[in-house]
Amino acid sequence: MREIKHALFFMSPGLIMIAIFVITPIIGTLYISFVTDNGIGLDNYAAVISESSPDKALIKLEDMPRPPPWGALIHNFVWIAIHLPLTTFLGLILAYMLKMVYGRSIVKSIMFIGMVIPMVIGGLIIRFMFDKYIGIVPRLFGFLGITMLDKTWTSYPDTALLSLILGSIWLWTGFSLTIHAAAIDSLPQSYIEAAKIDGASTWQIFYKVVAPSVRSATLTVVVMTMLWDLKIFDIVYAATKGGPGGSSTVLALVMWLYFARALDYGRAAATAIILTLLTLVPATIFIKRVVKRSA
Amino acid sequence: MTSVRPYSEVVIHGWWTPSAHISFENYVEVLENPLYDLSRGYMNSFIITIPSTIIPLIIAAMMAYGFSRFSFPLKNYLFVLILFIMAVPQQTMVIPLFFMMKSFGLLDQLAGLILIHSAWGIAWITFFMKNYFSMLPKEIEEAARVDGASYLTIFFRIVLPVSLPAIASAAAIQFTWVWSDFFFALMFIYSPDKMVITQKVVTIKGEYHIDWGLLTAGSILAMLPPLLIYVFLQKYYLRGMIGWASGKG
Repeated sequence: MREIKHALFFMSPGLIMIAIFVITPIIGTLYISFVTDNGIGLDNYAAVISESSPDKALIKLEDMPRPPPWGALIHNFVWIAIHLPLTTFLGLILAYMLKMVYGRSIVKSIMFIGMVIPMVIGGLIIRFMFDKYIGIVPRLFGFLGITMLDKTWTSYPDTALLSLILGSIWLWTGFSLTIHAAAIDSLPQSYIEAAKIDGASTWQIFYKVVAPSVRSATLTVVVMTMLWDLKIFDIVYAATKGGPGGSSTVLALVMWLYFARALDYGRAAATAIILTLLTLVPATIFIKRVVKRSA
Repeated sequence: MTSVRPYSEVVIHGWWTPSAHISFENYVEVLENPLYDLSRGYMNSFIITIPSTIIPLIIAAMMAYGFSRFSFPLKNYLFVLILFIMAVPQQTMVIPLFFMMKSFGLLDQLAGLILIHSAWGIAWITFFMKNYFSMLPKEIEEAARVDGASYLTIFFRIVLPVSLPAIASAAAIQFTWVWSDFFFALMFIYSPDKMVITQKVVTIKGEYHIDWGLLTAGSILAMLPPLLIYVFLQKYYLRGMIGWASGKG
């Protein structure tokens, strides 16, 4: 009994804050998402999913072979499909290479700047790097004679989403690098030494010894990156606001459009809940792993 | 480079060309021109970020201590709830919060945003500190208990002082995240004189015309505080990042 009293003393400020400002609003959002003109129901969800205007559509596949807009939900999935494997792998291989290469602190610093700066600034930098007149990427393509890509990427539907995804690789690889570097540092040196004595090449050591033994770190990176890709907002808002013509919009931005532009709280809430349901996939993996480890 | 050169020069010659025209005019303008008023945004960001780092740290450290030293009913469920909150998107809570803040008279108030950031930070800091506390040896605390010290004394006199490295890590990350936040600010602050730095920087970018000199100057100013934290507290920052993601301090 006394123990419960002490626990209550230490926990109550935090529990009260969380109950009022986190849990109550989450339940509130769930409730608002079901409130419609004709009582409680799924109308908001149906409306949000079947919405076809390009700036708010979640799924818009009729134009599929042609460039975006494909709908915010699909854009989020494209984001995961490109960004997740690339950042995870780049971070892993950089973490391995940086252990042996000179000048690693410079490379590391450049990678970490992306992780440390506000994501809004990240979005503006993407806008900058892909600008026809001052950006480095279009210049490069112009120099190579590929005039099709010598343009302001963020202003055209066929390149806007791609420029955001490619730019965000730099912004998030620092995270993958950090987690993988810590895991590689904690590997027993004898592992790598033994492989070296057996005559394994640097590349063989990487994919036969190092990569498999940091699997747990890789899974952490995958889970957190998936969450990051689903929640993406600031970058898109700052660089393109989802445009042009909805070609780079994402779920979080659609939620904000319903809330702040359309003042349609029911649909904004339904969009937020759909986003939350998606995050439950990586969230469940994360929770299970942590609980298993602390048990 | 673009931030220290006049706009006309950047557009005509490109920012990479060598030039004698280096000036800090763009910096002065974004800070002082009332149209951008970045100095105000800077102030507001500091006013919000500092308490939003300290308040959740104290509350979450207490909660983490409760988790790691006492047993009580529903403890495991509460811990799962903490983990769940860490994964939930901000979008899931802002609509009811918006109306809640409105009825408290805290909408468009810096104090309201501080409350929201503080509550939002508690979950991950609790998770992080709990892992640290559970690694600490318990003998000293038990000895103090025998000497008749209260749990509160033990917490503030023994546990917190030896946890300074973990506190520094959590503070470095929480500061960076609150400073960098854009979505909460966008939802709860709309008066130009109360906007934070991230909101201010976005307003420099016009709809069609972009003055890259001003925008880059503003961007560099906005990223400076988190960058300095990273440079000077690198060890703590990285440990915080690893602890947040994997629970290993």
